[in-house]
Amino acid sequence: MILREDLQLIADLVEPGSKVLDVGCSHGELLEYLIEKKNIDGRGIDLSQANVSDCVKKGLSVIQGNADTDLKFYPDSCFDYIISSHMLQATLYPKQVLQEMIRISKQTIVSIPNFGYWYNRLYLTVRGRMPVSKSLSYEWYETPNIHFCTVRDFKILCADLGYKIKQQVFLGSGAAIYPNLFSLNAIFLLVKK
Amino acid sequence: MKLVKESFGPSYKEVEIGNIAILAKDKPLRLDCGRDISSFPLAYQTYGKLNTDKSNALLLCHGLTGDQYVAGIHPVTGKPGWWESLVGPGKIFDTNLYFIICSNVLGGCLGSFGPKSINPETGQPYNLDFPVITIADMVRAQKLLMDDLGVEQIFAIIGGSMGGMLTLEWAAKYPDMVYAAVPIATSARHTAQNIAFHEIGRQAIMADPDWCKGSYINENKFPAKGLAVARMTAHVTYLSENALHRKFGRQLQDRKAVSYGFEADFQVESYLRHQGYSFVERFDPNAYLYITRAMDYFDLAAEYDGVLANAFVGSKTNFCLISFTSDWLFPTIEAKNITYALNGSAAKVSFVEVTTDKGHDAFLLDEPEFIATIGGFISGVAKQRGLL
Repeated sequence: MILREDLQLIADLVEPGSKVLDVGCSHGELLEYLIEKKNIDGRGIDLSQANVSDCVKKGLSVIQGNADTDLKFYPDSCFDYIISSHMLQATLYPKQVLQEMIRISKQTIVSIPNFGYWYNRLYLTVRGRMPVSKSLSYEWYETPNIHFCTVRDFKILCADLGYKIKQQVFLGSGAAIYPNLFSLNAIFLLVKK
Repeated sequence: MKLVKESFGPSYKEVEIGNIAILAKDKPLRLDCGRDISSFPLAYQTYGKLNTDKSNALLLCHGLTGDQYVAGIHPVTGKPGWWESLVGPGKIFDTNLYFIICSNVLGGCLGSFGPKSINPETGQPYNLDFPVITIADMVRAQKLLMDDLGVEQIFAIIGGSMGGMLTLEWAAKYPDMVYAAVPIATSARHTAQNIAFHEIGRQAIMADPDWCKGSYINENKFPAKGLAVARMTAHVTYLSENALHRKFGRQLQDRKAVSYGFEADFQVESYLRHQGYSFVERFDPNAYLYITRAMDYFDLAAEYDGVLANAFVGSKTNFCLISFTSDWLFPTIEAKNITYALNGSAAKVSFVEVTTDKGHDAFLLDEPEFIATIGGFISGVAKQRGLL
């Protein structure tokens, strides 16, 4: 079982045997991996009926739902981890969704595409158009990603909300030197202070 | 186990029906209404065999007017069972793999203890002297049947509509007995709109002079018109506007122009009349009153301080809820409310809203995405349980 690079990095952050909710779990690849390799008690949420049906057919506990509206029904700290992989920027209210994820979990793993990546900056500067790339493949009028942020933006929000970044992983060459410019994707492990 | 004859429809046609268990022989069953019943019959069908470690029992729960003939030829209508396409060798509910049980609910009219059963004290049918039963009572009776069949663990309970209510009640009351539960197109409490539709149906039956205040059997009459109207109303609620339009539109029945009268000019009228009048051949009017009442009274959260999540605290059952986009009788929000409650009690839950225009009845129809989902879930939990 081989995971996408960013999913593998997320999986590495999860302690074996823990209780995990994957918000925006897509076809359930990460959940399957974590159940098989780390013996977790896994749950998922996804917007799409087709994705949820796929997950259910694999024996995963996944509900068709919406991060913006459905997280409020979970009790406080009921999961060891919440994972949201490339989901937050597609929600209507990312700040509230982040707050809900922090509330219902002991640790929150958020992976975001970094809009401050040098290619995006160059694209916008040179062409004067909204960046379209291999990883951000949508035109502005059809993108589900309605709330992009940069690494710096996200860290400022976490500081404003009083969350501690326990661990951070940046993907992309040179990302370690200047993450906000050189990381394509960023993964954060957040806890309440 | 014994075979009995029961009579059906306005002509009181006698038909032999399948297995009957006599339950509560040693200790009476206390009903929610406070009355005790004992040595009462519950009719059921089974398919497949119970395995040696008794881990493969699958209980299917029928809807309001369904019965124990989930597969095979129905003795009254001569038609295939209501989930014929799902139950059988190699099918989703594989009879080579599972021991499948389906029982006619308490209060039903296909062999189970119901209002047309004979009261031994009077030698006459109970009619309205039959106790008002609840969904919980139906489940208590099914529990006695499981005891009678030697089933201590149920691998999965699956039911649509009222059957979904029974499934939820089972999961709440006997969590340790239920490994997986699939409530389909259902709700944890009957809504005001649904109670209202039931009341229309009941009033139609009771307004028929042949109902005779419930004593039509004694009078050798039958409120066929009232029961047919009740069915026609209910049937509309099982469909969707799109499904009706797709099927009938405004097309006329065997004529080129409207008749300027009140015959069945439109195909949809003719269809509904047919639905009504074929229904009365197989269903008992008083049973319709009692079973709709049981659904009206259903409110699972009520006995848990109004908090549905409390009904499932500590539950280890694997849940899979399914709703249909065009079901306006048990809309998706009802399934979502159950899902939220199960999330609140940290239970294992899946939920899928299947896109279809077939309305509430979609769970009884060939709806590929629904069948794939339920089949996938069952095989997934069967693997976990070591059955596959």
